[in-house]
Amino acid sequence: MIETWIDIIFNIIIAIFLLSGTFFLISSSIGLIRFPDVYTRLHATTKASTLGIAGLLIGAFLFLFVEHGIISGKLLLAIVFTLLTAPLGAHMISRAAHRVGIKPVTKQRSDEYEKAIQKEKQQQK
Amino acid sequence: MPFQIVMNLIIAIMWMFLSESYTLPSFITGYLIGIFLLLLLNRFIPDTFYLRRFYKILALVYLFIKELITSNIDIVKLVYQRKPEFEPGIFALPTDLKSNWEITLLANLISLTPGTLSVAVSQDNTHLYIHAMNIDDIDETINYIKSTFENAIMEVTR
Repeated sequence: MIETWIDIIFNIIIAIFLLSGTFFLISSSIGLIRFPDVYTRLHATTKASTLGIAGLLIGAFLFLFVEHGIISGKLLLAIVFTLLTAPLGAHMISRAAHRVGIKPVTKQRSDEYEKAIQKEKQQQK
Repeated sequence: MPFQIVMNLIIAIMWMFLSESYTLPSFITGYLIGIFLLLLLNRFIPDTFYLRRFYKILALVYLFIKELITSNIDIVKLVYQRKPEFEPGIFALPTDLKSNWEITLLANLISLTPGTLSVAVSQDNTHLYIHAMNIDDIDETINYIKSTFENAIMEVTR
């Protein structure tokens, strides 16, 4: 009797992880469509999708552990690498976008990086 | 720090020889006893206790996860607003961190915190350029980053 209850509780926990993961992934893609420019879109994709992927992988890890007794280290490693690489990718994409000349959408024209680039160019001349 | 780890390993191996069981569990008990002895004799051994740094790393990881979750909740709130209200802009953050490794870690942490995304690092590694969702409360953000992330990273690396 107790074992079935433990099973049910584990299933609920796994379901919570998987559902929250998919929820964050879906909202990151909706954000990708709704936000105005590259930089704000990157905000949505990097943050929400890292937690989404982490939730999915933790859910899969717990499922394998509870149902089959397998401790899958690959899933945990995948979480670590997404956490390390997603912000790096966002950094490189936003830097490249800025270098190409895409202006961020601002009302107040507050763009310190643009000023820094202009200063560099003046010094080179 | 290497000296203390070697001491700890030697104590663990000595424990294995003393208890005459050459298995992993006895090695682990020996290692735990070694940690206890090093903690006890901390005053007579050069350098601070080496697991203190390990503890700082754990604190940094905890901070990272906490920030990741709060930033996710923030961004999800923004996504589902009927009219997303934000004032994006790029500001410069002066940092005291020096080495490449530290700056990479700081940029990573910034990218995963609420409302900020690191865009570029200046040529002389003194400024980070950060894209913020709300440009109005920059000073608050700068103070927050300086007081939490920079301090946590410095405690790990120095």
